[in-house]
Amino acid sequence: METIIVIAVIAVLVVWVIGIYNGLVKLRNHVKNAWAQIDVQLKRRHDLIPNLVETVKGYASHEKNTLQGVIEARSKAVAAPDVAQQVQAEGELSAALGRLMVVVEQYPDLKANQNFLSLQEELTSTENRIGFSRQNYNDNVMRFNTRIQSFPSNVVANSFGFHEEPFFEVKDEAARQAPEVKF
Amino acid sequence: MWEAIESNKRRSWALIAVMAIVLLGLGAAIGAAVDPDAWWIGTGCAAVLFAVMFATAWIGGDKILLRGVGARRIHSKAEIPRLWNVVEEMTIAAGVPSMPEIWLIEDKRPNAFATGKSVETGAVAVTSGLLARMNRDELQGVVAHEMGHIVNRDIRFMTLAGIMVGSIVLLSEVFLRYMWFSGGGHARRRTGKNVDGRLQAILMIAGILAALLAPVLARLLYFACSRRREYLADASAARFTRYPEGLASALEKISGRYVAKSGRHGAKSGRGDSSRVLAPMYIINPLQAHGSTGPFSTHPPTQKRIEILRNMAGAGGAHFAAYESAFQRVFGKDEHCIGEVTLAEGRRPLEIRDPAPKSEAETQTDRLREVTDLLDRMGEFVAFHCACGVGIKVPPGLHASKVACPRCGREQGVPTASVVTAEQPEAELKYQRKTPGWESFRCPHCDKTTHLSPALEAPRIRCSGCRRTIEILPAPPEEAPAEAPNP
Repeated sequence: METIIVIAVIAVLVVWVIGIYNGLVKLRNHVKNAWAQIDVQLKRRHDLIPNLVETVKGYASHEKNTLQGVIEARSKAVAAPDVAQQVQAEGELSAALGRLMVVVEQYPDLKANQNFLSLQEELTSTENRIGFSRQNYNDNVMRFNTRIQSFPSNVVANSFGFHEEPFFEVKDEAARQAPEVKF
Repeated sequence: MWEAIESNKRRSWALIAVMAIVLLGLGAAIGAAVDPDAWWIGTGCAAVLFAVMFATAWIGGDKILLRGVGARRIHSKAEIPRLWNVVEEMTIAAGVPSMPEIWLIEDKRPNAFATGKSVETGAVAVTSGLLARMNRDELQGVVAHEMGHIVNRDIRFMTLAGIMVGSIVLLSEVFLRYMWFSGGGHARRRTGKNVDGRLQAILMIAGILAALLAPVLARLLYFACSRRREYLADASAARFTRYPEGLASALEKISGRYVAKSGRHGAKSGRGDSSRVLAPMYIINPLQAHGSTGPFSTHPPTQKRIEILRNMAGAGGAHFAAYESAFQRVFGKDEHCIGEVTLAEGRRPLEIRDPAPKSEAETQTDRLREVTDLLDRMGEFVAFHCACGVGIKVPPGLHASKVACPRCGREQGVPTASVVTAEQPEAELKYQRKTPGWESFRCPHCDKTTHLSPALEAPRIRCSGCRRTIEILPAPPEEAPAEAPNP
C-alpha cells in the first residue's frame, strides 16, 4: 500500500515537472521566434537600401558622401558577426538613413517621384516593423524571465539550465532618432 | 493579457448560453401560444434553429458577414500597399503568427470591423472611405483596434452572438406576423371547452409578449457585452502602436464627420439591415449619432474613448497600466476596465513613439485645402457643416435659403443672411419713413423696390432681393403740420 502511494506521489511530481519544463520550453521558443522576426525585418531593410540608393542617385548624384555612408553602413550591418555588433551596426545604418532623408528634403522632384514614394512607404513600414518586433521580443522575454524567476518554476528552470534572456534595448537612444541638422 | 482573454472567453460562453435559453424560451412560448399542448414543438423548432444557426456561424459566419456587407478580399500587396503594410506591422506588434485576411468594403463612410474564426484565421475589413481619410498613424490605430479584437478572441463570439440575435429577431418576427394574419384562428377551433379557450388566450398574450421582449433582451445582452470589449481593444491598440493619438484622432475623424443616414433611408436598403446586425462589430457604430449613449448603445461613447486615449500621454505611456489610469481619470477612481493580472503583466513601461512623418501627398493636400479655404473666406463664401459632417460652402451670390447636402441629400438651411448681416454694419441699411401711409423705397444695397403698408409696425424688415436687414425708422409725428397756426 505504502509503495503504491510513494509511486503515485512520484508519478504526480514527474508529471508536474514535465508540465513546467514544457511550459518553459514553449516560452523560450516564443522568445527565439520573436528574435528571428527582428532578424527578418532587419534583412528586409537591407534589401530595400540598394533600390533606395539607386532612386536617390538619379536625382541627387552629387550627394555622394551621404549615399556612400548609407551603403557602407548597410554592408557593415549585413556582415556583422554577432548580435552585439549587429545592434551597433543597425544603429549606424538608421542614422545614415536619417541623414539621407534630410538630404532628400531639398529635392522636390525626387519627393514627388512615384518610385521614391513607394520606397518611402516601405521604409517607414520597415522601421515600424523593426520597432514592433523588438517590442514583441521584449514582451516574450519578460514573460519568460518572470517564469524563470518565480516559484516553483525557478527550481525546474535552475536544474535544467534555463537562463534569463536579455532584453533588446537600443543602447544609444540617439541612434534611433533622426539626426539634428544645424546650419 | 491571458487573464483578459480567459475572462472574455468565459463571458462569451455565458452570453451564448443565455441567448440559447432566451431562444428556447421564446420557442416554447410561441408553441404554447399556438396550441397549449404543443409547447415542446416550439422548443424543438427553436432548438433546431439554434443548432443550424450555431453550426452555420461556427463554420462560415465570418464569410457570411463579409459577403453580406459586400466586401472584396484583397489578395496582394500591390493593390493597397499602405493598408497591407499596416496590417503586417500590426500582426508583428500583436505577435500573431499569421496575417489576417484583408477585405475592402466600397463605402465612402469610414469604418472598419474584424471577424474570423480564430486568431490564426482572422479577417480585417475596412471601407474605402477609411483609406481615403486617414493618415498613416490613424489607419494604424484603427487596424490595431481590430487586431485587438482578434487577439482578445472577440471576433468569433461577436460573430456567433450577432447571428444568434439575428435568429431571435427572425423567430419573433415570423411569429408576430403569423399572429397578425391568422388572427388567432387556432383558438377558435378549440372553443368547445371554455376553460381551454381562456387558457389559450392567456398563453397567446404571453407568447406575443415574449416575442416582443425577447429581441430586446437579446440585444441588450449583446450590446452590454460588446461595450467592454471596445475599451479593451482600444487599450490593446494603444499598446500595439505605442501611439494612442493615432486611434484617438481616427475616432474623432470617423465620429465627427459621419453620422449615419437616419431612420427609413438606412433601414430600407439591404445594406442598412446588415449593418444593424453588424453594428457592434464596427469600430464606431454606423447607426448611432456620436455622443449618444444608453443601455442600447453597442459602443461606449466615442468622446470618452478619445478622452481616455488622449489622457494616456499624461498617465505615463502606452502600456495597459497607463490606459487603466487614464480610464480612471475619465470615469472616476472606482471604475476598472482591465483585470489585475493583465495589469501586472502590462506594467512594463512602454514609451509613446513619435508620429510618422507626413507623406508629401498629405502635406500638399493639407496646404491646398488651407489656401482654398482662405480664398473662399475672402470671397465671402459661407461655410457650414451638414449634420453628416460634410463641409458645405455657399457662394455669396446664392439667394436660396436651403441647399441639399451633396452627400446625404438632407436639406440644409443656409446661414448666409444672418452671417452677412452680422458683418454688415446695421447703420448702413436704414430707411426713414416719410409718411405713415403706403410708401415704397429702394433697398440701399441692391436697389430692389419694397412696399411698406400703413399697418407695418416692425422695426426692421428683410429685403427680398439681397436678404439684408433694413431698419425702418418710423415717420415723424403727423401732428406737426396740423398744429401749425393757419393764418
